[in-house]
Amino acid sequence: MYDSGKIIAGLIVFVLLVTFPFISNMGKASAKPKPSIDTPVINEMAVKKCVEPKEFMRAEHMQLLNNWRDSVVRNGDRIYVNTAGQSYNMSLQNTCMNCHSNKKKFCDECHNYMAVNPYCWSCHIQPKEQPNEQPKENML
Amino acid sequence: MRVLFPFFTVIVLVLLAFAGVKMANLHFLFGVIIPYAAITVFIAGFIYRVVGWGRSPVPFRIPTTCGQMESFPWIKQNKLENPSTTLGVIGRMLLEVLFFRSLFRNIKTEFREGPKFSYGSDKWLWMAGLAFHWSFLIILIRHLRFFFLKVPYLIHVTESLDSFLQIGAPLFYITDALILGAVTFLVLRRFLIPQVKYISLAADYFPLFLILTIAATGVLMRYFSKVHIVGVKELAMGLVSFSPAVPEGIGVLFYIHLFLVCVLFAYFPFSKLMHMGGVFLSPTRNLANNNRAVRHINPWNYPVHVHTYEEYEDDFREKMKKAGLPVEKE
Repeated sequence: MYDSGKIIAGLIVFVLLVTFPFISNMGKASAKPKPSIDTPVINEMAVKKCVEPKEFMRAEHMQLLNNWRDSVVRNGDRIYVNTAGQSYNMSLQNTCMNCHSNKKKFCDECHNYMAVNPYCWSCHIQPKEQPNEQPKENML
Repeated sequence: MRVLFPFFTVIVLVLLAFAGVKMANLHFLFGVIIPYAAITVFIAGFIYRVVGWGRSPVPFRIPTTCGQMESFPWIKQNKLENPSTTLGVIGRMLLEVLFFRSLFRNIKTEFREGPKFSYGSDKWLWMAGLAFHWSFLIILIRHLRFFFLKVPYLIHVTESLDSFLQIGAPLFYITDALILGAVTFLVLRRFLIPQVKYISLAADYFPLFLILTIAATGVLMRYFSKVHIVGVKELAMGLVSFSPAVPEGIGVLFYIHLFLVCVLFAYFPFSKLMHMGGVFLSPTRNLANNNRAVRHINPWNYPVHVHTYEEYEDDFREKMKKAGLPVEKE
């Protein structure tokens, strides 16, 4: 091979780049996120139900919250009627976080795992939990 | 045929993944075995191709030059377009790899007003090419968040810059629109420009259709028909830590996306996509133009036995003296 020094160096860089995810995860066990619904309000509920079915909420909660924000902030409409016909007050802090008062164990569990930084808390006030343990990373 | 064959190939690939996951329940095959096989083929094939190029001798410097070469000190050299040093070559290669310098020179030729031949600037291909390649790179970097438990800072920065318009939720990525637009342009260009259509082969259309479908399924998954994203990361983390496990209920759209990406990776070393490695090994770009300043010896020159005059004289000195011929050594 001609110019083998340069070519082999380039190939080593290529292989390291491609296998970088494998190398950096070598021998690490991956912990799966387990969002918790163990909060006082949820535990008191007879039927543990969110405003929409669990599968819908898991996939579409960001879209739902975005629509709620648009509805409240831009149209002043605070009433959400879900697919079952029940009405809810559109409010992140008073409706969502009333039940899911455990932001760290519920929201952050998956958000941190997926490396998403929703910008909810740049306007809303974060729920106070375990005041001695402040979140280390500042949410975007 | 040159369009339809790759078009239907992509459709068959999509249906294959759909049927395999939805009907035959081959989650492990499509989620674990095929990705591992594809990445293996990609790395091995890539090295094989590059080594193959490396074995081809380059007996002479053949850079295509587009500027004044190194000459007298009072003639200004164009150091990037006609480099004579390694540093100049590195600069030239950076311009080429990062900004497609040679494509920037692209011109169009047209007949105007009868038999008048005219040349004009044509930057659209350069712009679409740049938009496509950079979007693809950024999308690739963004996807790395699925492969790290603690996502590196660089990936966070890339992602927040890409989504900084803060449109909708999940946030809209600028590169998603860019790549779809750019690939569409690159396909339409092959359809609509007669000269380009004439030279386009199935091997040109197939990667375009494949990448367009990959981007489309990705956009569908993110904005429209969402999959179980935490499950996707669990699968990805299982793959990179060599403890593969297939979580339940990810959604068939993800498997189609993944399968097409695997096809792209496995197809890569055997196709024109190898220009990714090839651009670094182009002798018309990566050589300094120093043909006259440095002696380059043809690598396949075999040793030629030469009989010098000194040796000739040694052989015949006595006879030459007798014949009265002058000799250099007594």
